[in-house]
Amino acid sequence: MIQDVNVKALKKNAFRQSKVRGETASRVRVPGGLVSAKSMARIVEIAEEFGNGEIFLTNRQGVEIPGIRLEDVPKVNALLQQIIEDTQINQEDTAHGYLASGTRNVVACPGKRLCPFGCYDTTAFAQRMDHEIFPNNRHVKVAFTGCSNDCAHVALNDFGIIGMTEPQYDPTRCIGCGQCVNWCQRRSVSALRLVNDKVVRDEDRCIGCGVCVVYCPTRAWTRSPEHYFRLKIMGRTGKQNPRLAEDWLRWVDEDSIVKIVKNTYAFIEEYINPDAPEGKEHIGYIVDRVGFDEFCKWVLKDVELPEKCERATRVYWGGKRYDRENDLR
Amino acid sequence: MGYVLDKEGLNRTLDALSEDFLLYAPVRKVGEGRFTDVDVVRYDFVRSVDDIELDAKSDYSFKEILTPLSQTLFYFTEDEVHEAGGLGAPGSPAGTADDRPVIVFLRACDLHAVRRLDQMYLGNGPTDTFYARIRDRVRFALLGCDHAFASCFCLDMGTNVAPEGWLFSLDRAGEGFACSVADDALAPAFAANAQGEKDVTPAHVTENEVHVRVPSKVPNSIYKDPLWDEYDSRCIECGRCCIVCPTCTCFTMQDVFYTDNGRVGERRRVQASCMIDGYTDVAGGASYRKKAGERMRFKVLHKVWDFRQRFGYDMCVGCGRCDDVCPEYISFAAIVNKLTDACECEEAKDE
Ligand code: HEM
Ligand code: SF4
Ligand code: SF4
Ligand code: SF4
Ligand code: SF4
Ligand code: SF4
Repeated sequence: MIQDVNVKALKKNAFRQSKVRGETASRVRVPGGLVSAKSMARIVEIAEEFGNGEIFLTNRQGVEIPGIRLEDVPKVNALLQQIIEDTQINQEDTAHGYLASGTRNVVACPGKRLCPFGCYDTTAFAQRMDHEIFPNNRHVKVAFTGCSNDCAHVALNDFGIIGMTEPQYDPTRCIGCGQCVNWCQRRSVSALRLVNDKVVRDEDRCIGCGVCVVYCPTRAWTRSPEHYFRLKIMGRTGKQNPRLAEDWLRWVDEDSIVKIVKNTYAFIEEYINPDAPEGKEHIGYIVDRVGFDEFCKWVLKDVELPEKCERATRVYWGGKRYDRENDLR
Repeated sequence: MGYVLDKEGLNRTLDALSEDFLLYAPVRKVGEGRFTDVDVVRYDFVRSVDDIELDAKSDYSFKEILTPLSQTLFYFTEDEVHEAGGLGAPGSPAGTADDRPVIVFLRACDLHAVRRLDQMYLGNGPTDTFYARIRDRVRFALLGCDHAFASCFCLDMGTNVAPEGWLFSLDRAGEGFACSVADDALAPAFAANAQGEKDVTPAHVTENEVHVRVPSKVPNSIYKDPLWDEYDSRCIECGRCCIVCPTCTCFTMQDVFYTDNGRVGERRRVQASCMIDGYTDVAGGASYRKKAGERMRFKVLHKVWDFRQRFGYDMCVGCGRCDDVCPEYISFAAIVNKLTDACECEEAKDE
């Protein structure tokens, strides 16, 4: 049998290149990590019919079906179609499965749908983001987490979105029991103290996690009607200079975040290293090269940050520079 | 006399009543619950029936008007004391200047709870003047219960039928409302806006899902019974069960000295709970009942035994709010049943 396969096209089509000759793995995109049981059953069917009967759960909440014969790719794409429609993935061409794999699955922790600490609907925001940025071949990683616990490890992404609430205090409902003070200290950042048996919040230190609201027995603390976010940028894993994303914006709104991430694609097109393997370069390296101000100029185009939003004028990242030294100290 | 009203008619009636009364009722506070985008139902001042949450049980009880969560009793300067006026939170419609009486909309169990509050503050030694001052201005309107909520055990506590003492009742009836008016003085406000007259009996429940058996005798050995031990680890001592309870009456004092002039300040009275740290702290730093299980014992026995020893009836009215609010899924109803089982077991041993 002649096997003449365009591997680059295969990869763009969200199939992984396997070391086992003649095999591939299908990568099912699950924005926000939430998939219907019905689609999950279809994934199982594909794995049993065309794969090796195993399913791999990926780091980014996607699902991989290994052991697919290369010649079965069109049949698998046909079966994937129902899953793609069910998960509402953008798709102009419905005959060829997923249309890109560069922009990675958008990750989200369970958020407010399940988690008592979740400050917003992480799943819905992840799904909205996926609609705005997919399909695209550029390597962009976006992740959402409900609160500052960062269960979704958003600090390892190009864009890490953390939910915030601005706690609202009604002194007339406060009995001075001190539980919010205690729990803010034990679970968060010690932003509260009792003064004359009422609570004072250090607004600069408060990270908007909402722990005080969860523990207040009287509803003296409630959440702000607005959902706010902290946007961390340019985190990455990898060989040269892995590092955590750092805070850029806080008390920012949903629409601004969407615009900023979308604007990033034009910035990438303009400045990406033309020699980058497979047209993929972590955005952070581009920012390192062309400068933070240039990045801001591009991604803040037509963005009007709300008055409440606080913006770091400089962002400094850490991480070891393995491309410069590899000492163990 | 009973009346049938459509929504507009009821609102006109409430408008008319508002000339002489403030109205205080369960209100759905959107997004003000513990979790993101979760509501809480708690009491507040209302103007129309659209403001009232008629269908859900309130998470927090009406008692906040009679025994405010935080209330300044008086202010002191270097040589004078000024009693604080007012009713309810500053800035609320019931501020100092407004001395209209208040009609509180509540359900049968809660009206039974009023008797417990009165007992503690008015019928237990000297009258509590701060309570009496508010209580004198409070009247009641009964919200009918056409079904029990999942955690109610009013039948077993004998509180499913409202006692007397309400001015009028309010039930849904089809698209509209039915009111029974017990106070003749209010009848014209209803008559003028009603669609018709009719005999109306406020709805009350005759069945509960939850059943609770209170002990008929509590032997002293129960204080050391292992039944309390599991709560040492299960209960987080948050006191929400007491804060939401319509019959918990405990308070503590806060003397506050203003920072600019430390000889000037105010005395506040705030709600307290025997489950929360600090409740048994005394001068010198000692503290009794350190373990959650001991606190649970104290609370439960107060609710279904100690109060009865003193006043002849139980404190708990079976509203079930404590079960609904507990973050650790500790069921007060379940504990009372365990307590009663243990008491009966002890009694059987003695015989
Ligand atoms: C047999 C003798 C005594 C008995 C039975 C007794 C009993 C009590 C009780 C039941 C309380 C209330 C505790 C609470 O609910 O917080 C109390 C409080 C207090 N007692 Fe005594 N007491 C006695 C002797 C004394 C003596 C001799 C003093 C002072 C020298 C004293 C000073 C106080 C003070 C200052 C408090 C207030 C504590 C607080 O609320 O923080 N007591 N006592
Ligand atoms: S929101 Fe979090 S950090 Fe801010 S005061 Fe509350 S518990 Fe502390
Ligand atoms: S937990 Fe609530 S009632 Fe207790 S001190 Fe804090 S704000 Fe006040
Ligand atoms: S103890 Fe629980 S059930 Fe009984 S009155 Fe209080 S809140 Fe209601
Ligand atoms: S149960 Fe506790 S808080 Fe409630 S009235 Fe009794 S002692 Fe006070
Ligand atoms: S029983 Fe539940 S609500 Fe009551 S103090 Fe314990 S944990 Fe809190």
